[in-house]
Amino acid sequence: MASIDGGGDSGGHKKGPGVKKAKKMSTRVDMTPMVDLGFLLITFFIFTTTMAQPTAMNLFMPKDVDKPEDQNKVKESGAFTILLGKQDIVYYYEGLDPASEGNFKTATFKTIRDEIIRKKQNTKPDDLVIIIKPSEDATYKNTVDILDEMTISEIKRYAMVDISPVEYQLVKITEGAAGIK
Amino acid sequence: MPSVKIKKHAPDNDMTPFVDVAFLILSFFMLATKFKPEEPIEVTTPNSVSSAALPEKDAFMVSIDKGGRVFVSVDNPQFRQVLIDNLNKTRNLGLTPAEMKNFINAPSVGVPFGQLKSLLSLDPELESTKNVVKQQPGIPCADSTGGELYFWVRDALVAYSGRKLNLLIKSDNDTKYPVFKNVLNAFKKNDQNKFLLVTAPEDAPPGTSLYETRQNQINKK
Repeated sequence: MASIDGGGDSGGHKKGPGVKKAKKMSTRVDMTPMVDLGFLLITFFIFTTTMAQPTAMNLFMPKDVDKPEDQNKVKESGAFTILLGKQDIVYYYEGLDPASEGNFKTATFKTIRDEIIRKKQNTKPDDLVIIIKPSEDATYKNTVDILDEMTISEIKRYAMVDISPVEYQLVKITEGAAGIK
Repeated sequence: MPSVKIKKHAPDNDMTPFVDVAFLILSFFMLATKFKPEEPIEVTTPNSVSSAALPEKDAFMVSIDKGGRVFVSVDNPQFRQVLIDNLNKTRNLGLTPAEMKNFINAPSVGVPFGQLKSLLSLDPELESTKNVVKQQPGIPCADSTGGELYFWVRDALVAYSGRKLNLLIKSDNDTKYPVFKNVLNAFKKNDQNKFLLVTAPEDAPPGTSLYETRQNQINKK
C-alpha cells in the first residue's frame, strides 16, 4: 500500500534470549553545557542586535529655476531666516534685510526653538516662511537638526537654500567678534 | 523543648524555569536580530523625530562619511547587474564579466570610474582587498555639476526606469554641509528632488506642538 512503513511492528521490540538487557540509564541528563552555550548565544545576540531601526526623514528640495521671476516671493513680515554657522551656533533674522540694526541675532539649537515658536505665534500662518541657509562651516547634523525643528514646531512652509555672500560675511563678522574659530 | 527544624534544601536547585526563560530570551533575540550588512565606511547618523520607516526595497543609497567620501550602494542584485552593465557601456569602463560579478557582490562602492576596474579586479576573499575596500577615495562630486555621482544617479534611474526608486542619503553627523550639498546637486541635475535622509529615531520633545499633535492622535485611538 502507499503508506509509509513505520518500521515498528515487526522488528526490534522482542529481544532474543541471548541479548543482554540494556543497562538502565539515569533519566537526568547533565544540561550544564547546553545552558552554557545558551547563555553564550544570548550574550552574542544581545550585543549584535540593533533594536532601533533607522527611520527615514523626507526632504523635498525645490527645483532650480533659471529666471528670478519664477521664484516664489516671500513677504517681508513672514520671512524668518536661519543661518547655520560653526560649532553648532545658529544665527537668525526676521524680514528680508539681515544688515539692518539689531536684526541679526545669535542663538543655539536649544534657544532657536523658542524663537521659531514666537515667530509662528506672531505671524499669520499663510505668510510664515522659514528659510534655512546652512553655511559652509555647518555640519550635516546641524542641517538635519534644523529641519527637525521645522517638524517639531510644525512649520508648514520652509525652504533650504544657499547662503548669500552678504549673509556669510555677517556670519563671519559675528563669529569673529565672538571669538569662534 | 521543641526544636526548630530548619528545612533542608536540596543542594541542587531546580534550574529548569530559569533555563526556560533564558532560552526564551535567546530565541527572541535570534528572531529579532537583523545583521547589518558589512560596509566599508562607518557612518553615525543624526537623530530625528521622523517616524517613517526606511524603505527596504528599491533603494539607491548614497553614504557620506565624516571625511566627505561618497559611496554608492544598491540593495537589489538584479538592479546592480543592470546598473553596472549600463555604466560599463556609457562610461567605457571595459569591465570583464568576472569584475561585474564582483560589483554585484560588493556592499558599496566609492571610487572614481578610473579606478573602478582595478578595484573590482581584486579577489574579494583576500585580506589585502578588504584594506583597499576600506580606503576607497569616494566618488568625486566636488563641483556643482554633480561630478561622477551624476552618472551613477543617471544610470541608476535608467536601470530602474518605470519603477519608483527610493533615493536614500545617509550621512555622518560631522559631514560638512558643502559635501551634502554637492550630493544633492548630483540628484538635482537628474531632476530628482525628493530624498529620504537616513536618521536614528528620537521622540518629539514634550511641550512642542508636534508632541501635542502626536498625543492627540494617540488619545483619539
